[in-house]
Amino acid sequence: MIRLTWRQFRTQAWVAIAALAAIAITFLVTRPSLSNMYSASGIAACQARNDCGSLAASFINQVRADAAYPVLYAVGVIVVFLVPAIIGMFWGAPLIARELEDRTYRLAWTQSVTRTRWLAVKLGLLGLAAMAITGLFSLIITWWASPLDRAATLGSPILANRMMPLLFAGHGIVPIGYAAFAFALGATAGALIGRTVPAMAVTIVIFAAVQLIMPNFVRPHLIPAAHTTVAVSAGDANWVAVGNGLLITGKAAIPGAWIFSESGHVYTGPAIQILKTCYNGPTSTPACGSAFASLHAQMLLAYQPASRYWPLQAYETAITLALALALAGICFWKIRRRLG
Amino acid sequence: MVSAVIETSGLGKAYRRTWALRDCTLAIPEGHVVGLVGPNGAGKTTLLSLAVGLLAPTCGTIEVLGEHPAVGPAQLAQVGFVAQDPPVYARMTVADHLRLGAWLNPGWDGELARQRTGQLGLDPRQRAGSLSGGQRAQLALILALAKRPGLLILDEPVASLDPLARREFLRGLMEAVAERGLSVVLSSHLVGDLERVCDYLIVLVASRVRVAGEVSALLASHRRLSGPRRDPATLPAGQEVIEESHTDKQTVLLIRTGEPVHDPAWTVTPVSLEDLVLAYMSQANGTRARRPQLGVVS
Repeated sequence: MIRLTWRQFRTQAWVAIAALAAIAITFLVTRPSLSNMYSASGIAACQARNDCGSLAASFINQVRADAAYPVLYAVGVIVVFLVPAIIGMFWGAPLIARELEDRTYRLAWTQSVTRTRWLAVKLGLLGLAAMAITGLFSLIITWWASPLDRAATLGSPILANRMMPLLFAGHGIVPIGYAAFAFALGATAGALIGRTVPAMAVTIVIFAAVQLIMPNFVRPHLIPAAHTTVAVSAGDANWVAVGNGLLITGKAAIPGAWIFSESGHVYTGPAIQILKTCYNGPTSTPACGSAFASLHAQMLLAYQPASRYWPLQAYETAITLALALALAGICFWKIRRRLG
Repeated sequence: MVSAVIETSGLGKAYRRTWALRDCTLAIPEGHVVGLVGPNGAGKTTLLSLAVGLLAPTCGTIEVLGEHPAVGPAQLAQVGFVAQDPPVYARMTVADHLRLGAWLNPGWDGELARQRTGQLGLDPRQRAGSLSGGQRAQLALILALAKRPGLLILDEPVASLDPLARREFLRGLMEAVAERGLSVVLSSHLVGDLERVCDYLIVLVASRVRVAGEVSALLASHRRLSGPRRDPATLPAGQEVIEESHTDKQTVLLIRTGEPVHDPAWTVTPVSLEDLVLAYMSQANGTRARRPQLGVVS
């Protein structure tokens, strides 16, 4: 059964290995000079000198000015995002659907191997291969981008840090969980639909939906959010009229953290009447400035601090692996009661 | 007592609300080449798919070689199956298919597989997708035979083949059966195909077994009677009318009887297997045979 699985799967396997090799070479070759740039920036010793923020910012600006690094960084993260989706579509969806579509299941399931074992070997081996190959992609990109991630975590708001939704599922171990999930999703869609192309379409749609649902509704609550209140500085303040008062919000940054909710307060009182005339912001006139300062405007932040990066990665990986196992269960159930 | 290779009781399979097979009870004896014949839609493919475990019954039971179909590797190994329009992996070569057989079947007879492939002139390097219908059927038969099953099930194996390929296929099948002495069940809607190879016949119409028995016994127990017009109800007991046709002056009957027909009014001729099967099939299509009723004059 193992040899048959390899025989039927080897084309996809070679494609994946070739793609992995191309990515590995590209990123291995370009990494040393990025390392040198990082060493030269002095970030490694910044804590003693207490100037991490500015050193990180100048390092990031230097990287940004380069012709290749911004592109490589974006490509790397996109690749790690896409690999699970591609695996779901091209490994998962045809796994059962093609046998049903070509009616070759009548050959496969009447040899001296039970259908349960047939599916267990296929799902098991290809699922592990999906996780391994995605893990390697993620390892290469995570390693390559580690100087940038360290600089971003040190408090440079000019570059998204690895806690933020754009990067979180493109780094670390979470992509492995997504690969298992996407593969099982494709296989299940194939088993239920019985045709390859519609199964691929359903797989990509559901996978994309999960990629949106996770950062927006699940990840913020995997660990109860931390809250803090910060002052709104005059330079960053925005306001809108709410009834008699003003809802004042500003900008906030916590080094290395993912802030997913910022809520301002509604202020009322005599100072508001003055502020309502300050069309160019609280710093436009001295009167506006003192009126704003008298409010001591604050806003409430809900966030996940940088220290929770690995726990969040672990929880989300566990969730996606659990979903993958549940989907595999559906495959077994469907195959055993066999399609009418 | 001959044991049954396939035994069903009240077997039914429904797809959503329509029954593909319903209340089917039969026993297929061991050691025969059994032809399962019936019109399209009689439930032959459904019955055979249930027998190899590709389908699960909606109701009733089926046992194949004394066990539930596909219950485990040992049961699977005992049953060879050639599906309708034999499936092959289009992008795999003939040799790949033989390797597949060897990998998935512990009892694989590689020598037999190589020998038959050579005899048939199949190129091991050819992709299965580019084989002709006849070659594909032969490849499927090789896979099923080299597994060394005790029971070989073939679903309409020759339906899509041209007459020459059909003859080749059936000849190959008969050689293998003669060598290995396995039990065979094959379905067809064409009696002509079965006549050449089967020694036991089951006529299945609308899920019901209309008649079953050894071909020689069936031929010996059926007669065509022709003579002056007469009401079939006046036939003696023991002569069951399967088919009747009347003109103004003449009556032609196809009857089943255990005894010789002595009535001099009849011209008695033997029936061909094809006529016999067609008679049972048309009997099911509404024109139910009247049972002979003693002592009643209409």
